[in-house]
Amino acid sequence: MSRPAVETRPQDDTDAGTAGPDAPPALRVVTTRHPGRWAAAAGVGVLLAMAASALITNPAWDWNVVGEYLFAPSVLHAVLFTLQLTVLGIGIGFLLGTVLAIMRLSRNPLLSSVAWGYVALFRSIPLILQLLFWYNLALLYQRISFGVPFGPSFFDIGTMDLISPVTAAVLGLGLHQAAYCSEIVRAGLLSVDPGQREAAAALGIPWRRQLFRIVLPQAMRSIVPTAGNEIIGLVKGTSVVYIMALPELFYQIQVIYSRNGRVIALLLVATVWYLIITSVLSVAQYYVERHYARGRR
Amino acid sequence: MSAVMVDLRGVHKSFGPLKVLRGVDLRVARGEVTVILGPSGSGKSTLLRTVNHLEKVDSGSVRVDGELVGYRQSGDRLYELREREILRQRTRIGFVFQHFNLFPHLTALENVVEAPLSAQRRPRAEVHRLAVRLLDRVGLADKKDAYPGQLSGGQQQRVAIARALALEPKVILFDEPTSALDPELVGEVLDVVKDLARSGTTMIVVTHEIGFAREVADTVVFMDDGRVVEQGPPAQVLDSPRHERTRSFLSKVL
Repeated sequence: MSRPAVETRPQDDTDAGTAGPDAPPALRVVTTRHPGRWAAAAGVGVLLAMAASALITNPAWDWNVVGEYLFAPSVLHAVLFTLQLTVLGIGIGFLLGTVLAIMRLSRNPLLSSVAWGYVALFRSIPLILQLLFWYNLALLYQRISFGVPFGPSFFDIGTMDLISPVTAAVLGLGLHQAAYCSEIVRAGLLSVDPGQREAAAALGIPWRRQLFRIVLPQAMRSIVPTAGNEIIGLVKGTSVVYIMALPELFYQIQVIYSRNGRVIALLLVATVWYLIITSVLSVAQYYVERHYARGRR
Repeated sequence: MSAVMVDLRGVHKSFGPLKVLRGVDLRVARGEVTVILGPSGSGKSTLLRTVNHLEKVDSGSVRVDGELVGYRQSGDRLYELREREILRQRTRIGFVFQHFNLFPHLTALENVVEAPLSAQRRPRAEVHRLAVRLLDRVGLADKKDAYPGQLSGGQQQRVAIARALALEPKVILFDEPTSALDPELVGEVLDVVKDLARSGTTMIVVTHEIGFAREVADTVVFMDDGRVVEQGPPAQVLDSPRHERTRSFLSKVL
């Protein structure tokens, strides 16, 4: 019982291309000249050349030392550790953040106010302060026990053994990040037309499927750009854990230059690595955005 | 198998202080087309949305094919069903929205297969064949891989109708299916709806298309101010309305 598709767009029948014998002569279009633009471009070009010359000709930049340390094993290890902290921090951040965002949008007032309180609290405390709190948790609670809340405990463990400096750093970064991620995810969920959720509900699509198949993929369009910011921010943000003497990139660089005194060269090494990592992430972001843009022109 | 497919009794609904439905009774027979007319704000869309529990009723009952929608009766009380139960009931009640509400990140075909796969857990191959057949039925066989953004409004609404049909519902509810369309696209959507009517699908259609009501409806219901003012065969309600309110409404839209 098929029927031919109805032609819905009217055909444009004007044949502008065929000019009659008495048509006016074809006119040539001359675009506006922009001498000001050319002058500005020339000025910027000169400034660029000056900057390049200043970087290359001044021996104090120590470019050969930069080359020497860029791929040194200790630096590579530090880069790896920085990446680990970033991945764990953003992983915990977005997992917990998504849960918080869903809680915040819940109709249960306790769930939504707890999520609100979490965001308010963790956004208010400087990251460096939170890290020190986790690092010094043992001063507050010597032992942490696992069991029934307010009831018997099955086993307990010394806080110092459970929360190593690395764990403290990951917890601090992740919990801090979760507050920001939850707002990003919430903004994304709110950006999706409520009619989408309604249509899914009207079709009887199960709740979880509504969220993960219908709403979140559409929310990703507004989540990804800000999430990209957040991840790139965290790559550099991991440098604050240097206060816990953890061998991430920034700390490792300081260790090396305090030994050999080539401060500028080693700061450059760190700069180059941060640049490389964020550039790779920016390219990745472009492809992720393109993936979630499918269906939109 | 009861002859009454949709049975609404004493349905009341308020949004805060605003009384939208003030005791609506409506029965729709199996295989029949009921068209609901009425001015804006008369409660017709809200009424339609109570049938699949998108809108909860404050009092009264909604039955589809004998089954209470959204509630379970025990004694003289109605207990609201769990979300999962309500979702299951909705798979038997198709709904077509004014603004189509297609999923923009899924192709036409993916839009149609989504609910039969995830809500009814039917086999993928069977659902896929069904979806291709339905898209063909609404005249869009060649658009199955197009995204909604690449389709005209009329084409999108026809995909939405195929999406509702894919669940093989007992009744399909249309909420002003042509109101968001450019005038020249209305016909293609109404043609699909008429085709469904001829094949014996039970339907409730909220619309402003009087010509469509006259041609297709078995029953025309005129609503105003949250109540059913009058109902009957189109010839009676449209051509010799008994109530002054119906007469003045029709004189404005005809």
